[in-house]
Amino acid sequence: METKTIKSIQNTTKSTIRISGSEAIVRCLIEEEVKIIYGYPGGAIMPVYDELYKFQDKIHHVLTRHEQGATHSAQGFARISGKVGVAIATSGPGATNLITGIADAQIDSTPMVCITGQVPSHLLGSDAFQETDIVGISTPVTKWNCQVTKAADIPAALAKAFYIAKSGRPGPVLVDITKDAQFEEFDFSYEKCTKVRSYNPVPKTDVSSVEAAAKVINNAKKPFIIWGQGVVLGEAEKELIALVEKAGIPAAWTILGASAIPTSHPLNVGMLGMHGNYAPNKLTNECDVLIAIGMRFDDRVTGDLNKYAKQAKVIHFEIDPAEISKNVKADIAVLGDAKASLTAILPLIKENSHTEWHQEFKDLYDIEYNKVIKNDIHPTKEGLTMGEVINEINIQSKGEAAIVTDVGQHQMIACRYADFNKTKSNITSGGLGTMGFGLPAAIGAKMAAPEREVVSISGDGGYQMTIQELGTIFQQKAAVKVVVLNNEFLGMVRQWQQLFFDKRYASTEMTNPNFVAIAEAYYLKARKVVKRADLKEAVKEMMESKEAYFLEVCVEKEGNVFPMVPSGASVADIRLE
Amino acid sequence: MSTEEKQLYAISVYTENNIGLLNRISAIFQRRHINIESLNTSPSEIDGVSKFTIVVNMNEVGIQKIIGQIEKQVEVIKAYYHTLDEIIYQIAGLFKIKSELLFEERQIQNIIKESNARIVTVNKEFFVLEKSGKKEEIVNLYNKLAPFGIMQYTRSGLIAVTKEEMKISTLLKTYNN
Repeated sequence: METKTIKSIQNTTKSTIRISGSEAIVRCLIEEEVKIIYGYPGGAIMPVYDELYKFQDKIHHVLTRHEQGATHSAQGFARISGKVGVAIATSGPGATNLITGIADAQIDSTPMVCITGQVPSHLLGSDAFQETDIVGISTPVTKWNCQVTKAADIPAALAKAFYIAKSGRPGPVLVDITKDAQFEEFDFSYEKCTKVRSYNPVPKTDVSSVEAAAKVINNAKKPFIIWGQGVVLGEAEKELIALVEKAGIPAAWTILGASAIPTSHPLNVGMLGMHGNYAPNKLTNECDVLIAIGMRFDDRVTGDLNKYAKQAKVIHFEIDPAEISKNVKADIAVLGDAKASLTAILPLIKENSHTEWHQEFKDLYDIEYNKVIKNDIHPTKEGLTMGEVINEINIQSKGEAAIVTDVGQHQMIACRYADFNKTKSNITSGGLGTMGFGLPAAIGAKMAAPEREVVSISGDGGYQMTIQELGTIFQQKAAVKVVVLNNEFLGMVRQWQQLFFDKRYASTEMTNPNFVAIAEAYYLKARKVVKRADLKEAVKEMMESKEAYFLEVCVEKEGNVFPMVPSGASVADIRLE
Repeated sequence: MSTEEKQLYAISVYTENNIGLLNRISAIFQRRHINIESLNTSPSEIDGVSKFTIVVNMNEVGIQKIIGQIEKQVEVIKAYYHTLDEIIYQIAGLFKIKSELLFEERQIQNIIKESNARIVTVNKEFFVLEKSGKKEEIVNLYNKLAPFGIMQYTRSGLIAVTKEEMKISTLLKTYNN
């Protein structure tokens, strides 16, 4: 019966078959070409799991160890593949456990569809067992959400969900489906959604704005490009490189824009923001034209807005009209998809090299190298540094690995020092700063791109927030390389306590378990490094492993991340020590 | 008026008719600590399209950002903002007053006449006055009636039509194509 009905769907999406709402949910996922979903079963979603059991040759369900892990895995999946990640959970606590991941996906514009079970519709509002108003709760952190109480509404709701999640500026959506709708039978047919009349995902690029931008760029003496994840989401990497090279403009990235241009590219001048590179922060306040592409002037990037690039004309290439002049006033706004608008402007751009201007970046880089970078990646003092671990991973992976980070000092160090040859190689929680993101996101990334080397790098704090996902790695045989940089502190908070709270280390010291023993309890290969002499060999062993591998590196306890733009200071006041 | 100065704005939001949308829109104001002075939802001139009329006291830079956030919502078709000079608007006030006052206090009858208020209903115990107009007119009437004792008083949200044309139908057509 199963093969027959599937056939009827494949032949024509218009023909109908009489099936249950829960089967319809699974068939909608198949229609959307979903092959892997992440989730956790429970009462109100059981009918769907029953169908997933029947359709397991079509859809691989990954049982995470916590619903938060399911969302982060779906995010990792989406970030490395560009496809929509899918997470599924039951009502009540299952649904509320998704919220952190949803909020993370919202602020980082990650396409994700979450499906939650809900109590039967006649019990809605009665404080039934495991009832929670997940539509109400998730409203401020979703791009769109809805509740479905009739089976017949399921296909249209899910079609709309996938379309909205992926189109325009992507984001998470949530569809809450009551248990009675899952049981109810109806005549199913599926039609993909390609339009919602009130929704204009990609604003039209205005030719005159492109021309105006080109003119300003061509006349600029010290132009500076700052790009963000919009380039990655819009798959405009080639166009950005073409612009940077043709106009000879130094270009720097936000944390989520990392890897869109290879780190080795001579015009890639590094990371922006609080722990970004010295030159791009300093010279933001020296450039005459600031060209922002697919980025949103987050406060961690800009520092004090009143002292941010006041001397510069600002050109903002952006898909989301609400971002224009939200934080930094744009003199010229080029609305639209990054790929389309960069393609449009490229023929209007004059060739240039801006050699002297570029030299300013090089000079400041040299200062940063001598004051900070050298000691971070080639330390001579006793304790191991996070930077030298990242450097060793670079050497062993030749810059080909996807680096998935958690949140904190290790994240900043990894983003500063990791070599990225390929786009979509830096997966991290940027906007929300979600500790615990890394490990489950790495699982999702590895499953979406099994051919790629995926290295999860966490601190000892964040790692323990989702450590249970080691069980998922083991069960799924996901060959994730898990690195924990252990300084026995919540390092970033400790750094702030040292610098701004007179070293009062309130609740930042961690008494840690035996991490190797925990990894081994999950049957993972595991190793711990405490001496510099063992690092190279251990990283090599990890990278050469065909299966998952856990590596703990004990790093210096009170290492700090520099440079640093202190909270509320100007980017020009970036500190090297 | 400078873009920094606060004043009353009427925001008109044309939306799909959707259960959760009010929550989504009010959250935009709540997150930014913006007090909603009044809020009205109703059908609009277009079949199946709802209209929110929201009054806030803000500066123009702020309101432009808010409009951006509102329009970003998937089920919002279009949002506009206008100063109160740019719209024709009405607010309704209802006053419940003891019936005996209508006969015992001569002045009340004069107040009703002068204010162009309308008596909606009268019975043995109370009568209800309705007054539509600008906020000041209703407040004015309230101030005049208050000394006699008002049993209940309420004022509606502002509803408005604009002097300029709102091209929602044209917009919907372009979206559909």
